[in-house]
Amino acid sequence: MTQNPLLDVEGLKTYFYLEDNQVAKAVDGVDFYINPGETLAIVGESGSGKSITSLSIMQLINKPGKIIDGTITLEEENLLKKTGKQMSKIRGNDIAMIFQEPMTALNPVYTIGNQIMETIRKHKNVSKKEAQERAIELLRVVGFPRAEEIINEYPHQLSGGMRQRAMIAMAISCEPKLLIADEPSTALDVTIQAQILDLLAEMKERLDMAILLITHDLGVVAEYADRVLVMYGGQIVEETAVEQIFENTKHPYTTGLLDSLPSLEKDMKRLGAIKGTVPPAHSFPKGCRFSSRCPHVMERCLESNPDLNEVESNHKVRCYLYN
Amino acid sequence: MYKYIIRRILVFIPMLFALTVIVFTLAQLAPGDALTGQSLADPNVDPEVYEQQREALGLNDPLPVQYWHWVSSAAQGDFGDSLVFNGRTVMDLIEARFANTLYLGLFSLFITIIVSIPIGIYSARRPYSLLDYGATGFGFLGLAIPNFFFGLIAIYFLSIQLGWFPAQGTLSSPGAAGFGSFLDRLHHMVLPGITLGLAGTATYMRYMRSEVLDVLGSDYIRTARAKGMTENSVLYKHTLRNALIPIITLMGFEIGVLLSGAVITEQVFQYPGLGTLFISSVTNRDFPVVMAIALILGVLILIGNLLADIFYSIVDPRIRYD
Ligand SMILES: Nc1ncnc2c1ncn2[C@@H]1O[C@H](COP(=O)(O)OP(=O)(O)OP(=O)(O)O)[C@@H](O)[C@H]1O
Ligand SMILES: [Mg+2]
Repeated sequence: MTQNPLLDVEGLKTYFYLEDNQVAKAVDGVDFYINPGETLAIVGESGSGKSITSLSIMQLINKPGKIIDGTITLEEENLLKKTGKQMSKIRGNDIAMIFQEPMTALNPVYTIGNQIMETIRKHKNVSKKEAQERAIELLRVVGFPRAEEIINEYPHQLSGGMRQRAMIAMAISCEPKLLIADEPSTALDVTIQAQILDLLAEMKERLDMAILLITHDLGVVAEYADRVLVMYGGQIVEETAVEQIFENTKHPYTTGLLDSLPSLEKDMKRLGAIKGTVPPAHSFPKGCRFSSRCPHVMERCLESNPDLNEVESNHKVRCYLYN
Repeated sequence: MYKYIIRRILVFIPMLFALTVIVFTLAQLAPGDALTGQSLADPNVDPEVYEQQREALGLNDPLPVQYWHWVSSAAQGDFGDSLVFNGRTVMDLIEARFANTLYLGLFSLFITIIVSIPIGIYSARRPYSLLDYGATGFGFLGLAIPNFFFGLIAIYFLSIQLGWFPAQGTLSSPGAAGFGSFLDRLHHMVLPGITLGLAGTATYMRYMRSEVLDVLGSDYIRTARAKGMTENSVLYKHTLRNALIPIITLMGFEIGVLLSGAVITEQVFQYPGLGTLFISSVTNRDFPVVMAIALILGVLILIGNLLADIFYSIVDPRIRYD
């Protein structure tokens, strides 16, 4: 790996300060990088800290949450040192984001065109007319044949899949270097899900941008990602290339996730193979955070939390089974 | 959108009909009629005379006939003659006062809005701040203090002690015209306007605060921030318009509250509006005037609701198309 990463996250901690002095460690010491043009997937169950990680990169964490430690470096510049104003020039321009709920992610009282044009005009020095032409062009690119009409329509006139297309058009309008997609297809019909993910992959090729793809669907990871991070309890528990995660699974949690995938060969009874649920972020077990649910739990797992170690080249695991 | 407005106007018609029936029925249910009090007051007059007058005024006709008479002439702007002010038509009595009440209502609504909306927004941006708590406390105080009492306090300090504003009436020199008289009117409207306006402030402020808080936490605001919009654009473009949608509905509802508040406020300030006339007419059993004012206030509320709905459809595209 000779190239410099596009985005480098080190020691990121984002905590939520709850009532009665409890602290939810939603993201608790996360390190990873994304290379230019690559697709990095983050997988993990609900509550494992995927969304908070991505919102931290955008610095869109609201109270009572706070980024308390770490560095987030985009092309050699630490984003956490930027002022609010400087960040607003980066959001939407260098890093764009799309969300899970296309039904509520667009402002209901403005037209699609208005919302795309406003993004373009915020970051690029263009006239209203040029912005409009660009918006129509973008809508055509994301698959609206009658783009000239769509710019005058309101979000409620579009279906969920169409809204997500419009969101994608908006997100790529300034040709970002990194697109963060937080479960972009989860809320959609199964038939539409693949279309949206294919569209993202196509846009990635076209614009040569990197994608941080958040999902809890390992099937999606297999098809669209280059590398994958497995998150549990606000930490990364396994990190490797996509082929490795399926053929050379190491962490018991990853094994559990894979076992819960429906597949033709397996008995359907094995679905949902991990027993129990994710512990809440303000009361993790003392040792390894997965110890309360791990089938291979050992004594030392209950005493201290293992580090994330590189056990094979380009394959990191946080588990005492491997050191 | 036109379809929506037309549909909304069509609903207006049966409501108007219901309103006339209610006003008429209530007037009939009230004990006695215009002549009842007078026969008690003056025992020397032969009751036969009153009976004849009743016959002449049509008070002995069957109710549906009376209703039809009243409604059909009211539709042409003829509410008959006042029973108390000899020789003056109801329309004549009402005309000048109607404008006064309308001005007072609009002026106090204006005060309500310029006070409550900015404070509501500020409270939502800094919830649990000193100003937020202060505004909440002030608002509840405003809700708790009765309107007439606040009016009296205002008169005592701002008018009698400081002499800044006139305590009653609408004009210092009747008959004056031009810009000077407009300012004079405004000057007279300040105290009743503030009294009436502040009464509604707490409600609007609390509504605005919770709406803005709600909208600021919504997904599309996160989207706006994620695409690099500045806080000003997030607040004034993306939040405000959405937060105002329920406020418009609230305004439609609150018009009735505003008008009933006007009746009391006008009384306190001896402001010659529909309210003062209404109360004196009720006392005098001047039924044609009472019915006319009740009908007009009712129609104002209906029109207010209609305007609120139309305005609502302009602000919220989801209403416009369906
Ligand atoms: N506003 C908040 N207040 C308190 N705690 C929060 C808040 N937002 C997130 N958290 C905590 O952060 C943890 C991680 O949340 P996050 O949204 O990142 O999960 P996720 O992995 O994206 O899950 P999902 O698959 O459901 O989207 C949650 O378990 C929760 O305890
Ligand atoms: Mg999430």
